[in-house]
Amino acid sequence: MSNKVIHAIYNDDDVLMDAVKQTKKAHYHIEEVFTPFPVHGLDKAMGIPPTRLAICAFIYGCIGLTVATTMMNYIMIEDWPQDIGGKPSFAYYQNMPAFVPVMFEMTVFFAAHLMVITFYLRSRLWPFKQAENPDVRTTDDHFLMEVAVSNNEDELVKFFEKTGAVEVKVVDKH
Amino acid sequence: MLIGALGIGYGFLSAPKTIQDVETILAAESHGHEGAHNAHAVEKHDAKAKAEHEEHLTHVLHQLENKPWAALYVACIFFMLISLGALAFYAIQQVAQAGWSPVLFRVMQGVTSYLLPGSIIFFVILLLSGMHFNHLFVWMKEGVTEVGNPNYDHLIAGKSGYLNFPFWIVRAGLFLLVWNLYRYYSRKNCLAQDESTDNSFYKKNFKLSAAFLVFFIVSESIMSWDWIMSVDPHWFSTLFGWYVFASFFVSGITTISMVTLYLKSNGYLENVNSSHIHDLSKFMFGISVFWTYLWFSQFMLIWYSNIPEEVTYFKTRIEQFNLPFFGAVVMNFIFPFLVLINTDFKRITWIIVMAGIVILFGHYVDFFNMIMPATVGNQWFIGIPEISSILFFFGLFIFTVFNALTKAPLTPKRNPFIEESKHFHY
Repeated sequence: MSNKVIHAIYNDDDVLMDAVKQTKKAHYHIEEVFTPFPVHGLDKAMGIPPTRLAICAFIYGCIGLTVATTMMNYIMIEDWPQDIGGKPSFAYYQNMPAFVPVMFEMTVFFAAHLMVITFYLRSRLWPFKQAENPDVRTTDDHFLMEVAVSNNEDELVKFFEKTGAVEVKVVDKH
Repeated sequence: MLIGALGIGYGFLSAPKTIQDVETILAAESHGHEGAHNAHAVEKHDAKAKAEHEEHLTHVLHQLENKPWAALYVACIFFMLISLGALAFYAIQQVAQAGWSPVLFRVMQGVTSYLLPGSIIFFVILLLSGMHFNHLFVWMKEGVTEVGNPNYDHLIAGKSGYLNFPFWIVRAGLFLLVWNLYRYYSRKNCLAQDESTDNSFYKKNFKLSAAFLVFFIVSESIMSWDWIMSVDPHWFSTLFGWYVFASFFVSGITTISMVTLYLKSNGYLENVNSSHIHDLSKFMFGISVFWTYLWFSQFMLIWYSNIPEEVTYFKTRIEQFNLPFFGAVVMNFIFPFLVLINTDFKRITWIIVMAGIVILFGHYVDFFNMIMPATVGNQWFIGIPEISSILFFFGLFIFTVFNALTKAPLTPKRNPFIEESKHFHY
C-alpha cells in the first residue's frame, strides 16, 4: 500500500475553517494543516487537545524558586554566615527580604527558559532542522490541509473540490 | 446593618471614659500571666514611677478611646475606597475603549453608587476628628504646633503648613466632591446615551473619564497622605499613594466581579458570559500581584536601609501586629496567586467567590494595618466594634448598590462597543 495523501489548498482562512469542520464531520483523518499565520479557533475545530506548556512552566518556576532558596540558604546562612552591614544572617527567614529579588528572578528565569526549551523539544525545532512545508506558498498566502488516503482517492478528491479548495493534489508521501 | 449599628453603639459605650476605668481594665487583664510584672511596678511607690504610671495610663486611655473610632474609620474608608476603586476601573474601561466591559458598565455604576453616601459619612467622621471628638489624628491635638506647650511637637510643627485642619478638610471636601461629580455625570451621560441618536454622550463621557483619571491619580495620592499616612505624622513613604491605590483598586475589581456573579447567577445578566468573568478574574489576579509588589517594595526598602526614623513604622507592625501584618500578605497574595493562576479556575464561580472573599478580607486587614497601629497600638483587637463597623458599612453598601442597580436597565443600549462586548469571547 502506498502512502498517499491529499493536499487540499485554500486561499482564505474562513474557507479553511469551514473545510476543516466538514472534514471532521465526514470522519476523514486530518494529518496536518499548514497556515502562514495562526488561525483563531483552528485547534478547536481540528479537535487538538489543549497544550500543557503552562503546567510545565509552573513546575519549572517552582524548581527555580527551590534552586534560589537552597543556593542562598547554603551560601549566605550555612556556609559562611558573615555579618555584612548588620544584616541578620542567623536564619534564612531573618534575611529573606534581601533574597526575594533573587528568588523572584530565578523563578521567572527557570519558568521562561525551560518552558521555551520544552516548546522547542516538543515541536522539534532546532537551528539546522530541515524545513517541512509541503508547499512554499503555505508560508505566504495559502492554507494547506493534508488528509490521509486509504483506497478512497476519487471520493476524497471530489469531497475536497466541493469544500472550496483552489487546488486538490494527490501526493505520494515517503 | 442594624446589628452593625447596635454594635457600633456598644463599642462607643464600652470605651473607657476615665483614667480610673483604664486602671481597672489593666488590673483585670493582669490577673493572668502579667500579674507578676504589674505587682512589681506597683511596689515602687516613689514619685517618679507614679508619674510614669500615670502617663502610661493616659496613653492607654487614648488608645482605648480611639478603638471604636478607629474601627469605624477603617470600615468607612475601606468601603468608600472600594467604590472609588470601582470608579477608577470604570473610568479606565471608558478611556481604553475596552471592547469587553460595556455589558458590565451598569454593574460598575451600581458599585460606585455607594460613593455618595460613603463619602458623606466619611466626611462627617473627618469633621468630627477636626472638632476633637476623637484622637485619631495626633497632629490635630491642641498645642502640638505651639512652642512651649507640653504637647509641642517640633516635627509636626514643621509640617503644619500642610497638616493643618482647614487646609486638610478643604482638600478632603474637594476630592470627595469631584469624585462624586464625575460619578454623577458619567452615569447621567451613560443613561442619556441610551436614548440619543448619535454618540455625542459617549464622546462626552470619554473626555470626562480622561479628565477624571488625571485628577484621580493626583487626588488619590494626596488623599492617601491626608487620610491614612497622617495618622503617623512622623513617618513618610514615597510610594504610599500607589500602595493604597493598589489595595482599594483590587478590592473594587473584586467587588465588581462578585456583584456580577451574583446578578448572573440570578439570571439578570444574560449577555455576560464566562469570558467576561475570566477577564475580571485576570484583573483580580494581576492587581493582587501588583499590590504585593508595592507592599514588598515599601517594606523591603525600609527594612534594608533600616533608618530609625522610617523603620519604626514596620517595627510596631511586626512586633504588635504580626499576624495581621503577614496574614495580609498571605490573603492578598499567596492565596489568590495560587488559586487564580489556573485559566479554568478563573471561570468557576465558587472559586472566584472564595478568592474574592479572601481578597476583600485581606484588604480590610491591610487598611486595619495602616490605621490601627498609630491609633490604638497594642490595644488592637478585632472585636465587637470592628466587626459591627464592618457589618454596618457592608449592609449600607449592599443596600445602596442593589438599590442603584434597580434604577436602570443592566445592559446599556447604544454604547458603540456594546455589540462587541455581548459577543466577547476569550
